[in-house]
Amino acid sequence: TGGGLRVVFLGGCPRRGGHGCRLSRRRFLLCTAGDFVKVYSAATEELVRLLRGHGGLVTGVGLNPHNRLQLYSCSLDGSIKLWDFTDGILIKTFTVGYKLLALYALDSCEDSVFVIIPKRGERDTFQLVSVKLTKTAGQDVEAKEFSVVLEGVDASPKCTAFGREGEYVASVKNFHLQVYFFKRKQLNRFSLRATNAKGGNNLFTCVACHPKEDCIATGHADGKIRLWRNFYHNKEYVFSTMHWHHDRVMDLSFSIEGTSLLSGGVEAVLVQWHSGSDCKKDFLPRLGSAIEYISVSSDGTLYCTLHTDNRITIINSNLRFSKSIQGLIRARDVKTGLVVDPRTKALVLNGEAGHLQFYCLQSDKQLYSLDIVQQEYIQQAGLNQTDLVKVAFSAQGKWLATVEEREEEPDLELHLKLWFFDEETQSFKLNTQISMPHDDHITAMCFRDMDELEDDSLILVTAGKDCLFKVWVILEDTDPEAQQSLSWSCDFVGSYHNYQATNCCFSEDGSLLAVSFEETVTVWDSSTWDLKCTFCHPPGKIRDICFGRLTCSKYLIGATDHGFLCCWNLLSCALEWSAHLNVVILQPDPLSEHIAAVSWLSKESSLFVFKPNEPRPICIQRNLCQEKIQFAAFVPRDVPETVGSEKYVWLRRSQLYFLTDAQELMTFSTKSSEERLTVSSKQLAVEESLPVTPFSLLLGKHRHQQSQGDIDLTKVVRNHHEQDSPAVKELLHTPAHVLPSASFLCPIFINSLLISKEKKSAEEVADEVEMESEEAEEDSDEEEDVTEMEQENTKSMDLLGEITCKLSKAEEKELRKVRKTDYSWISAF
Amino acid sequence: MASYKPMVVPAVPRLGEKVTQDTLYWQGYKTPVQIKEFGAVNKIDFSPVPPYNYAVTASSRVHIYGRYSQEPIKTFSRFKDAAYCATYRDDGQLLVAGSEEGSIRLFDISGKAPLRQFDGHTKAVHVVGFLADKYRIFSGGDDYSSNLWDIPSATEIVSYTEHTDYVRCGCASKLNGDVFITGSYDHTVKVFDARAKSSVMTIEHGHPVESVLLFPSGGLLVSAGGRFVKVWDVLKGGQLLVSLKNHHKTVTCLCLNSSGQRLLSGSLDRHVKIYSTTSYKVVHSFNYATSILSLALSPEDETIVVGMTNGVLNVKHRKPEESKEKSQKKRQPAYRTYVKGRNYMPKQEDFFVSKPGKCVLRKYDKLLKGFQSSKALDAVLEPHIRLYTPEVTVAVMQELNRRGTLRSALAGRDEKQISLLLTFVTRRVIEPRFTPILVTVADMITDIYQPVLGQSAVVDKQFLRLQEAIGREIDYQEELLEVLGMMDALFATLTKKKATYLEENKSNGLTKTLNQDTYN
Repeated sequence: TGGGLRVVFLGGCPRRGGHGCRLSRRRFLLCTAGDFVKVYSAATEELVRLLRGHGGLVTGVGLNPHNRLQLYSCSLDGSIKLWDFTDGILIKTFTVGYKLLALYALDSCEDSVFVIIPKRGERDTFQLVSVKLTKTAGQDVEAKEFSVVLEGVDASPKCTAFGREGEYVASVKNFHLQVYFFKRKQLNRFSLRATNAKGGNNLFTCVACHPKEDCIATGHADGKIRLWRNFYHNKEYVFSTMHWHHDRVMDLSFSIEGTSLLSGGVEAVLVQWHSGSDCKKDFLPRLGSAIEYISVSSDGTLYCTLHTDNRITIINSNLRFSKSIQGLIRARDVKTGLVVDPRTKALVLNGEAGHLQFYCLQSDKQLYSLDIVQQEYIQQAGLNQTDLVKVAFSAQGKWLATVEEREEEPDLELHLKLWFFDEETQSFKLNTQISMPHDDHITAMCFRDMDELEDDSLILVTAGKDCLFKVWVILEDTDPEAQQSLSWSCDFVGSYHNYQATNCCFSEDGSLLAVSFEETVTVWDSSTWDLKCTFCHPPGKIRDICFGRLTCSKYLIGATDHGFLCCWNLLSCALEWSAHLNVVILQPDPLSEHIAAVSWLSKESSLFVFKPNEPRPICIQRNLCQEKIQFAAFVPRDVPETVGSEKYVWLRRSQLYFLTDAQELMTFSTKSSEERLTVSSKQLAVEESLPVTPFSLLLGKHRHQQSQGDIDLTKVVRNHHEQDSPAVKELLHTPAHVLPSASFLCPIFINSLLISKEKKSAEEVADEVEMESEEAEEDSDEEEDVTEMEQENTKSMDLLGEITCKLSKAEEKELRKVRKTDYSWISAF
Repeated sequence: MASYKPMVVPAVPRLGEKVTQDTLYWQGYKTPVQIKEFGAVNKIDFSPVPPYNYAVTASSRVHIYGRYSQEPIKTFSRFKDAAYCATYRDDGQLLVAGSEEGSIRLFDISGKAPLRQFDGHTKAVHVVGFLADKYRIFSGGDDYSSNLWDIPSATEIVSYTEHTDYVRCGCASKLNGDVFITGSYDHTVKVFDARAKSSVMTIEHGHPVESVLLFPSGGLLVSAGGRFVKVWDVLKGGQLLVSLKNHHKTVTCLCLNSSGQRLLSGSLDRHVKIYSTTSYKVVHSFNYATSILSLALSPEDETIVVGMTNGVLNVKHRKPEESKEKSQKKRQPAYRTYVKGRNYMPKQEDFFVSKPGKCVLRKYDKLLKGFQSSKALDAVLEPHIRLYTPEVTVAVMQELNRRGTLRSALAGRDEKQISLLLTFVTRRVIEPRFTPILVTVADMITDIYQPVLGQSAVVDKQFLRLQEAIGREIDYQEELLEVLGMMDALFATLTKKKATYLEENKSNGLTKTLNQDTYN
């Protein structure tokens, strides 16, 4: 295909708001994700359907109260769509014409839904309106008929809730709670003071209504929950306060019978309050990250929480953790960059706080999460948390080095940890921990990548802001009684004129180490640790360096923050070429000579792929995305892809992934999006009604293969049936008592089943027929001859039924014409 | 979903000597028993048969000591002048000793008077011993000769006068009844075979030889002299295997342990060093009060006896091993409960369900789990934690600091608790591994309790002590920095020459590559 390169959004974290999730009775979990609605099976955490069709961010989903197999979704593109989510069919689209920010579908309202839309003419004011969904036939329906219910509501869907049987609606904004009674058409407003005596912040954050009683629960910014009762009266209302959260209550939800209230917040603890009292409560702590949404399934057996790190947790109603659905976990801050695990080919980056996530690109799932920091994570704003800042794998993935730091003015806590892959447990095991390997931040870390050599030649280099780079080697303890025989220790400490070391990298054969010190790149011999030579390209500090590979291994590439990309020749110790380019990321492909450089210029990122031996880039891709690209990584492909164009030959053996500021993971693809989608949807097709256990998957695969085999076979057979349909059809559909004897039919039937050469023969026969007909035309003088010939013709047609099929229509027409003329001629005679 | 992660107490690598299996083994001796002899102890020899009595030769006497006796159980004192080298025969029945006057006496263990006396040496005999065939004795004297004697007839069989200086040490092969070795002050070790007329091998040690030792296999020979201990391969014709220089004064005695895995050497520098006979590295060493002349290990390494120049005999007994008994004392569950479910043999198709191990949390962990920071700090200020495992206390402080609750945990304490805290900080703040966090703690305490300063004499005193401790540490660090500066200066002068040399080299390399380029 000569098609262009396109950027494909893979996953990650659409950080824009508007998430929501609903649990259906049939154990489906509906979740908005960007422009899509995802349908997961709550039992197997498998993605069942991906509903695509919206042209903007989907802001809300709601089950159709009158048909539990359908759901409404609303989006910023101004449309409400009705879906059959089990089959993934779009039933109807209602165009409203406003940006829709939230959607509420109620039992009591037959033909309308409530949505929040921005008020016309005013910025940042929103109103709750009820939209009448007309029952007219057709796919696309205009729904312009709506009535305003409440003015001045908050845009967040959490700030509005509908009460018992849809009798009233409660909405909170800032310090006000307003309740509107539909029947009485009465609006009650309750206000709180901005701060109370103890300095708590009374700002409303969310609201929930009791499903059976007249009771409203509101959450506040200081962590309090208020239960409002008797709010029919403007004066005689009462509320009780419950306080456990230490920070903002993020979401509230009543259980289906209203016996308990669920609340969640930054603490990552799901709190279950029983019967509205302060004293009886249950906790489910350590859910990983702050809870953003809480949802209760319509049969009340499951709870589900949506977290800020892009994860969905499914919880049993007895507060037992059940499952979690997680793709690429959104880290607070990705500092490790994108690293590829050589063993699993998974992308490795920051995940849950203090953890390293191994993200499988093929299945869009987290393989596992490795706890690096091994400390209890305290969910509290304003704490200096331990961050994972650097990760490096050895060439075979046998060793993993991690650096974690915690900065507390004026101290800095640094730990360098070395992990050994334990074949038995199939996981990384902590081997050595080094406290304060450097006196200041570690800026770079790399292993010596030498595939063929043994463990004892493994070298780790760390470069730090303390103007040093350190070389770490494995020590073998000969004492047989020692707990572990291998440990790491410092072998060499190097520095250069007291400049901060900013980058380090080994050449492909491991003989040279390049360390950049601010403006200078130094090259060291890795066996003697002698300084071999230095390069610099003033002015401008070195931002990134890398060695060329394979045929280009004599080149060293460096990018300066003054906007230059330089290529030095290591043999002549001279500058080979330089280019004016503001390179942010320099990423060499481990399997080829190609180097990808991502530049950032005037709010757009561009990609340049080049070989170090020639200054002209092979491929330039401008305007990759609006956000700044933070990290990039080449992931080797399992099977080299066939790339048509010379321009994209660099994509043959490995694929380039990159992560933007918004933590969105993207890649390049030469295939069109349809091709990709078919592949992915094939993978996702799972029988949704069955719980997908590993066994069923196995069985399913087996069955699938079988059925595929069957299909193949039947295809072959059917092809024939179709081809020789007249003969066989006749045979099959004619009543038995009319049929000639079997011995007569047998050769015809068997002939019809023959596969080879039939096309050819058919053509040949056709030719013959044509010739014969021509002859017939020629020798049309004699009637008898003609009839004879005709008989012959029909005979042959009878015998070889398929021939008639094979004759093209034009030919048939001609034949018929010939016949006609013949007869007319005869009649005229 | 994750469970609570207990606090990790950072492990600090132990400074100083590494505790190996060897150190543990050799430290397993009781405090030594000191016995005063009449003169320098020149030889200690253990009887090879139980009850492993040992003969100590000092001055003009040979004392026989029992295993645990403080007093000699027998004394041979028929020497006019100094006695030397009282040695047991293999069966522990006979004892032979040389003397200053040149005669060699043979004693029966049960008797008092010598059974035989061998005269022939003209000068003092410093070394005697039995050959492996039990009926002959070899001896070496200050008259440079090495003689062989027949016990039944008390006559000299052969006399070798090959050494050119005093013969002061020797040993007999345990495998061959004809072979014995002598070492002399003429820097040589000679191997004699009673069947040959002259020595069969001569080894140049390079220093006056003070002690020789043959491995039980007879293949390796160890000689000590000067500061060196040298190991020779006899089967390869006396090739030097390894030369050990771990003492800083003359090595006087050698000995092997019962298993033959360790070699011990005693020296005038007051040390006994223990070497591994596989790697020939020092695995342990003992210190003694004065210079060591003789050394012996009882079978099974039960006792180490060391004789010194000042006549003190130092006896160390091995501690009885208790640990096993202790574990046995632990009450076993009743047989029925113990056996319950354990005699079930799993079938092949059975599926194992392993029970997750129950995680027992320490007290401070439980409190930390419940976010009770003050109580957690209280828990680790208990005496047994504060005094014996200060790293736990400090780790909890660190954890509280990480959680941002250290200040509130430190606040609101009474006089007793503050003074306790301050004592802890004062004592531990100078330890480098604790310094960073304890400085923060000290800062916070002074911050918090500044307003109440002067209300309690005890607390004020503690504050002053803290100040004093920190002042001392600062002075100390300054001194260290000065020393470091001096050392840097020294190193700089040392490495300067090297650096210039390197630079020359580098320029050579560069010109070389340039030349290559031009050739290309």
